[in-house]
Amino acid sequence: MKAFIHRAYDMYADGFRSMTVGRKLWALIIIKLFIIFAVLKLFFFPDLLKSGYPDDEARADAVRSSLTINP
Amino acid sequence: MTDLIQTVDWSRAQFALTAMYHWLFVPLTIGLALIVAIMETIYVRTSDPRWKGITKFWMTLFGINFACGVATGIILEFEFGTNWSNYSWFVGDIFGAPLAIEGLLAFFMEATFVAVMFFGWNKVSRRFHLASTWLTALGVCLSALWILVANAWMQNPVGMRFDPAKMRNVMDNFMEVAFNAVAVNKFFHAVFSGWCLAGVFVVGVSAWLMIKGRNNDAARRSMTVGAWVGLAGIVMTLCTGHGSAQQVSRVQPMKLAAMEGLYEGSRGQDLVAAGILDPAKKPGDGRQAMLFSIDIPKGLSLLIDGTTDRFVPGIDDLIAGRTIEADGDTVYSTSYADRIASGKLAIAALRDYERARKDADPKAMAEAEATLKANFENFGYGYLPSPEDAVPPVGLTFYSFHIMVALGGYLLAFFALVIFACHCRGGRMASKTWFAVVAIASIPLVWICSQAGWVTAEVGRQPWTIQNLLPVNAAISDIPASSVQLTFWIFAALFTLMLAAEACIMLRYISHASKGDITR
Repeated sequence: MKAFIHRAYDMYADGFRSMTVGRKLWALIIIKLFIIFAVLKLFFFPDLLKSGYPDDEARADAVRSSLTINP
Repeated sequence: MTDLIQTVDWSRAQFALTAMYHWLFVPLTIGLALIVAIMETIYVRTSDPRWKGITKFWMTLFGINFACGVATGIILEFEFGTNWSNYSWFVGDIFGAPLAIEGLLAFFMEATFVAVMFFGWNKVSRRFHLASTWLTALGVCLSALWILVANAWMQNPVGMRFDPAKMRNVMDNFMEVAFNAVAVNKFFHAVFSGWCLAGVFVVGVSAWLMIKGRNNDAARRSMTVGAWVGLAGIVMTLCTGHGSAQQVSRVQPMKLAAMEGLYEGSRGQDLVAAGILDPAKKPGDGRQAMLFSIDIPKGLSLLIDGTTDRFVPGIDDLIAGRTIEADGDTVYSTSYADRIASGKLAIAALRDYERARKDADPKAMAEAEATLKANFENFGYGYLPSPEDAVPPVGLTFYSFHIMVALGGYLLAFFALVIFACHCRGGRMASKTWFAVVAIASIPLVWICSQAGWVTAEVGRQPWTIQNLLPVNAAISDIPASSVQLTFWIFAALFTLMLAAEACIMLRYISHASKGDITR
């Protein structure tokens, strides 16, 4: 088991060290994830039902009101 | 009301923008994964080191595309929570289960084996590496499967019941959801179209290498693999597309009518091969729908059930609930006005159910629930102001469908030409300039074809987020249109920037790597 973990670690470590195009791609992925989760999700895309209501019952009531009052 | 319409329109535009951007990468990932796996299999079977180099070249392009596309789909889930909160609650655990499986099973499978694919050369055995490449290809397909299961449920909601107390749908039968006939067909259609798209990409890039005089041998070998995968892909895409049209005729007949610009159907209905719609045409106005068309006699009837005299309803027929029977009699069943009345009954019953629940009146609850259940199949119609509001944008659906079909036909001919070029006359045709121009020009065409397919599927099902159960005007959140507008433009700018950066990385890699010997 130890040998397997060591080999797996070795594969990843060597792989990351010898990357060429991969470096640019990782930079792109990290920038993209940062924009998606730390900017878009945080500031522009709140989950309205999760953040606006304390529990599932209140959420169900909110949707019910929206769908049954003056539909 | 105006603000609601604007919110709906901007939210739809934003969802379309995000989904179309995401779909630029997905089919290439699906198809390139297979092509790379085939190339590596040839390498392992022949031990020819040139195939190892070729595999690595295309594997890097697969990696660039994979990295560019990763996480772009997650934005769609954000939009559900913010712009479509009624919808995201109403679908309940049905949407959640396939997406969770996608996240847990397929994503981790891809992530593990992608690492072995890229970092495992000389670290693991050749056969284990090959297995990892095939498992990555399988993982990519499984990811697509669960997303398409979720999408297919929206087009054909099955395997669930509505719980009025929780205000959401509850999954009754997982197998029915997972093996929904629409999902199975949609999955194969999407995967095969990915093979076709990647085939064109490989052929186009290889043709470019050949006219540049770089890596001729590797380019010719790549082109052959790309062409055969592409040919298999387009043939099977056409077959599953035929299956898809048959399913649409059963579960979304209004979509089929819009795809064909058909307002008044008939027995032995013609198929429009090409045509121009009258933009002023409205349902029920008695005008001719087409300004010009080339029709295939009885083609649509033949297409949807293999017989030439089958009645195919048009938009006006569906609105009126009209059918023409075998003996020529016109029969009326449930019209859209009836459906709207039934939907309003269901909504009123839902309101009564809640009132009775608050009053702790079990008898009234049971009565309301029975009325709701009896009318639930038309629930969404209760939110439509008029029957004509159940008609999707006919022009966009019609043209996108016909563009997809025309390009599909072109791609079949294209792959036949490429295979001829690769295998006949010593492959000399493949190095001609005109051939390279056709091959390179086909790259944007295959993407247009792929996107047009999704436009047909998603615009054609309007106004429904969930077929017959929840239209877009009820699915939307109570948010101002201006906030959606703002994020729409942020996305438009961001996606344009990212796409430009990603295209640059890919083109620079192709240009740079091909200056050396890629078989080494």
